Amino acid sequence: MSADLGDARTDRITRRGFSLLGRGIKEQRFLFWVSVVGSVLFGFMTVADARVLGWATDHVIRPSFERGDVTEGALVAAIALFMAVAILRALGIVARRLIGGIVYYRLVAEYRRRVTRQYLTLPMSWHHRHPTGQLLSNANADVEGAWAVFMPLPMAIGVIAMLVAAIVEMVRADLVLTLVGLVVFPALFVVNVFYQRWLSPKVAHAQSLRGSVSAVAHESFDGALVVKSLGREADETDRFRDVSHELRDANIAVGRIRSIFDPLLEALPNLGILAVIVLGVGRVASGAADPGDVVSVAYLFTVVAFPVRAIGWVLGELPRSVVSWERVEAVLAERGSMPYGSHTLPGAGAVALDVHDVTFRFADADRDVLRHIDLAVQPGQVVAVVGATGSGKSTLTSLLTRLVDPQGGTIAVDGTDIRDLTHDELAAAIAVVPQGTFLFDDSVRANVTLGGDFSDDEVWDALRTVQADGFVASLPRGLDSELGERGTTLSGGQRQRLSLARALVRRPRLLVMDDATSAVDPEVEQRILKALAASTADGDGPTVLVVAYRKATIALADEVVFLDEGAIAARGTHDQLVEGSDDYRNLVNAYDQAREEMS
Amino acid sequence: MTTTTDNDLPEIEQSRQSGTQIIRRGLALSPAIKQGLGLTIVLAVLSTVGGSVVPVLIQRTVDAGLGDGGDARLSDVMSFLVIASVLILATGGIAYWMRIRLFKASETGLAQMRVDAFRHVHDLSMLTQNSERRGVLVSRVTSDIDQVSQFLQFTGIQIVVSLGQIVVATIIMAYYSWQLTIVVIVCFLPLAISLKWFAQRLSDAYDIVRRTVGEMIAVIAEPVVGASVVRAYAIEGRTQQRVDDGIKNNLDANVSAQKLVAVTFASSGVAGGLANGAVLAFGVVLGVAGDLSMGTVIAFAFLVGLFVGPVQTATQVLTDAQNAIASWRRVIDLLDTPADVVDPGAAGVSLPPGSLGARFDAVTFAYPGGPAVLKDVDVVLAPRQRIAVVGETGSGKTTFAKLLTRLMDPTSGSVRLGTDPCEAVDISTVAFADLRRHVLMVPQEGFLFDATLRDNLLYGRQDATDERLLGAVADLELDDWFASLPHGLDTQVGQRGESLSAGERQLVALVRSALADPDLIVLDEATSAVDPQTELRATRALDKLLEGRSSVTIAHRLSTAENADRILVFDAGRLVEDGSHAQLVDAGGVYGRLHGSWVAQASLTSRAGEPA
Repeated sequence: MSADLGDARTDRITRRGFSLLGRGIKEQRFLFWVSVVGSVLFGFMTVADARVLGWATDHVIRPSFERGDVTEGALVAAIALFMAVAILRALGIVARRLIGGIVYYRLVAEYRRRVTRQYLTLPMSWHHRHPTGQLLSNANADVEGAWAVFMPLPMAIGVIAMLVAAIVEMVRADLVLTLVGLVVFPALFVVNVFYQRWLSPKVAHAQSLRGSVSAVAHESFDGALVVKSLGREADETDRFRDVSHELRDANIAVGRIRSIFDPLLEALPNLGILAVIVLGVGRVASGAADPGDVVSVAYLFTVVAFPVRAIGWVLGELPRSVVSWERVEAVLAERGSMPYGSHTLPGAGAVALDVHDVTFRFADADRDVLRHIDLAVQPGQVVAVVGATGSGKSTLTSLLTRLVDPQGGTIAVDGTDIRDLTHDELAAAIAVVPQGTFLFDDSVRANVTLGGDFSDDEVWDALRTVQADGFVASLPRGLDSELGERGTTLSGGQRQRLSLARALVRRPRLLVMDDATSAVDPEVEQRILKALAASTADGDGPTVLVVAYRKATIALADEVVFLDEGAIAARGTHDQLVEGSDDYRNLVNAYDQAREEMS
Repeated sequence: MTTTTDNDLPEIEQSRQSGTQIIRRGLALSPAIKQGLGLTIVLAVLSTVGGSVVPVLIQRTVDAGLGDGGDARLSDVMSFLVIASVLILATGGIAYWMRIRLFKASETGLAQMRVDAFRHVHDLSMLTQNSERRGVLVSRVTSDIDQVSQFLQFTGIQIVVSLGQIVVATIIMAYYSWQLTIVVIVCFLPLAISLKWFAQRLSDAYDIVRRTVGEMIAVIAEPVVGASVVRAYAIEGRTQQRVDDGIKNNLDANVSAQKLVAVTFASSGVAGGLANGAVLAFGVVLGVAGDLSMGTVIAFAFLVGLFVGPVQTATQVLTDAQNAIASWRRVIDLLDTPADVVDPGAAGVSLPPGSLGARFDAVTFAYPGGPAVLKDVDVVLAPRQRIAVVGETGSGKTTFAKLLTRLMDPTSGSVRLGTDPCEAVDISTVAFADLRRHVLMVPQEGFLFDATLRDNLLYGRQDATDERLLGAVADLELDDWFASLPHGLDTQVGQRGESLSAGERQLVALVRSALADPDLIVLDEATSAVDPQTELRATRALDKLLEGRSSVTIAHRLSTAENADRILVFDAGRLVEDGSHAQLVDAGGVYGRLHGSWVAQASLTSRAGEPA
């Protein structure tokens, strides 16, 4: 890469960095300026501390020693000044650290809220295009990273005020001694800038290697059964050792830079003090300065040296903050949401489903997933959708609950286009049980009701239908048992059954199941499906559309729809399809063929 | 980000060692850190001399005449100035040397500890027993070690340098005036005494922060991972409320912790001001009495400054130290957990080549502190048989398979292997290298590593050539599937093999097993539904794989059990039935019932099978 390109990039990052600072300041204007005032107070008081020492030297210490008698009034004044400066300085520190910290934490919280609101608003099609891990890190690490620069920012601004005050104080003391300050302060500043410039990329590299170490450990432990049964422990250890050693070397590279700069930053002000003394002795001898001035300027160097680093921290943090901010901004800049209608559905009980000429393709795909689908289901019917992988079965279920909308055609329940329904009505009328189960870090009850108003009896009824009442009752706290990270862990089949109960407890008018019992024991699955089919046959249950592989599931359907490459290839009863469609016969008989070949 | 790193693992006994014991143990486990640590600490103390030289220089200069208003001459302090500048530059060099040494030593030592811990985790049977624990085990070799590394390089340096600074400053002070030294110490004493209390409060506050972070991350995952559920059930409002609450709790916890940080930081500054005032008062009084020089009094103001910094950061340092020691303790506890399934190594016996049989004698297994999940199993498995193991979830059939492959050892009784089961050797005496070559466990889900298809197929036999590999593919009649892959052997399978379908991952696992060429295969049959065509391929391939070998299959399907030479039926931890399919159906016991439900499930089979 050419130097020009690098400079252009630096310029852009600096510009974006300052606009980020402006945005954050605007968001938390009041508290931010309170923290800056505190920080400036801290800066001024730090300089004042040196001034008080100089004053005490000239007005208390020297006269007392010269006269051999304590100058009481001045002594009391000096002590009072030392204390006053210390207390004001402490107040400044509290304002800077506490209020400054609150500014940072509030910004982080506010942007977490905005990012997660986006997640809840943006359509599912957007979710499909973004990996889960990326979205989680946008809301967590990236939001924190974007505002991280606000932690040292108030201090850095206070330090600038402090440097100005320090120079003014030096000018007041002695112009020649000021020259030392004018050399040492800019030198400290420049060293800090280079320090951060060199350190930042090395720190970022080490950070990304930490990610690699974690990835290898995760993969290796997840595949432990394979590793162990094939006796590959030693090879896995070699793999882990390689990436660990890379991280070690990267950390040492960070250490090398810190080892050079930290001592340098410590030595610089001390060397400055030497220069002050060399020059100061002459100035005092020539009568141009008082001894107190020399002491005061020397003391300034010791108190100013450390805070100056805050400027380096801000400059070092800024590029990283910009990178994180750009990721957050990308999420916030997204527009769009699923629009819902204003209608509700009249009546109660199972609904008729009408899918008319529906065509769907994913945003960046080059072919339709579903083509001209026409499907009418009578209220209370059970329809099985059968098809090979990629035939569009799951997409069809997503369309029915409007997780996505078709590009062409309409879907109606009881004659109402589902796009005209309110969001609540849609959710109440049509329940979907997806292929993958998602459980919340919450109680069993909350996972079934999802905050809806259902009595315990209704919850238990639903659990009974899905054959989950037994294991829930045996949990230590029954319906109140916590699930998830710090709670009970359930098997895949148990999770699927809770997910199914979640749909049933709402007594939906159309139930859509996308291979929702794949992890349930076949025996239990049979009981669940039979209970469902029975309630539907009684006129009590919903219209059911079920994506199925297993024949037993298909057996319970009134009608079977056979999807092939996004179009309905055949429909009818199972027997009719077996008779009429070779493809269908081959598909559903695959398991049995396998069985026959073995025997 | 730290989330659940402090989750306890019941299998790992928590030590009750004190902080210093942990540090000592940690250093003993990482010799690279310990080696030369003495010199590094000496260098660290020496590196503080540069800062301490300034107050002495001030005293010299003031007393050489600067204080008298102008009689001082540069020549009087020249020699000392030269010494001071040499000292400042030299200690800068020493500081560099010390830091480099510390970085290298600690990183080398911790990298070793990280690798040791990783290797050790693979030797613990809990890794394969409980998938929920894996995340915690990962954090032992990642964030916990990172925390110790940060501690040694940032906080550790700070502790040594701060202590060095305080010691050197105190020595200089005491040399100048013991009275003023006492005055300074008294000013800082209240703060020093309350340090521990503050550190405990801060540590509690950070515990709450960590807990709220964990909870917040969990609820933030809901609108992302559970996006479709949130949409489908129209619970956006409820979800947003949960997320907002999580964010708010975290914000509040952070602000509470920040209050403590600010207060402790500020109070050391106040103590510094108090010390300056007191030094001035007592110094002037003592000076007037002729006990002190003027330069000494002024030098004390500079020396007090050397105290403020360390005290200011002490609370934070103590808290960081506590966290790091807690992390270190967790890693050490892990390393101290004995590997429960031990490889006899070179001392182990070898298995004879050819098909293996097995023999269980009074085998009982219980997880530590739990009830027996397998009770008194006696069974002899003849070589070259296809054996199906059936039973409900929790019946003990998986435990049986894990004992047979020595993923675990029985609590009592013995498992033996051999071509003649009656003259078999105890499985625990067989060297791992040999055992893994002869006995293979094929898990339910084909686990793939993020690499090429070739790497994954060769996982069990890395030395195999492409010809051999393709031969194995052909033997399993998977050529057509293989030909359909656009990049063939170089196909990238993605994380956990996500670019392949679940069924294809199973096919990979089968080819991988065929290449490993074991004599006894223990197979956990897949339950999840896959594409029927793939299912058909997998069934054929499996059939070829098992041909001529001894096999034990945990069966979930009727067909697998029906086609087995022998069926073992487990119920509530006991082997309750044993026989052929026909025998067991006739007997009408547990198997009879299971079979009944299977038949019901496949009730359409006969109808579909009838000619049209």
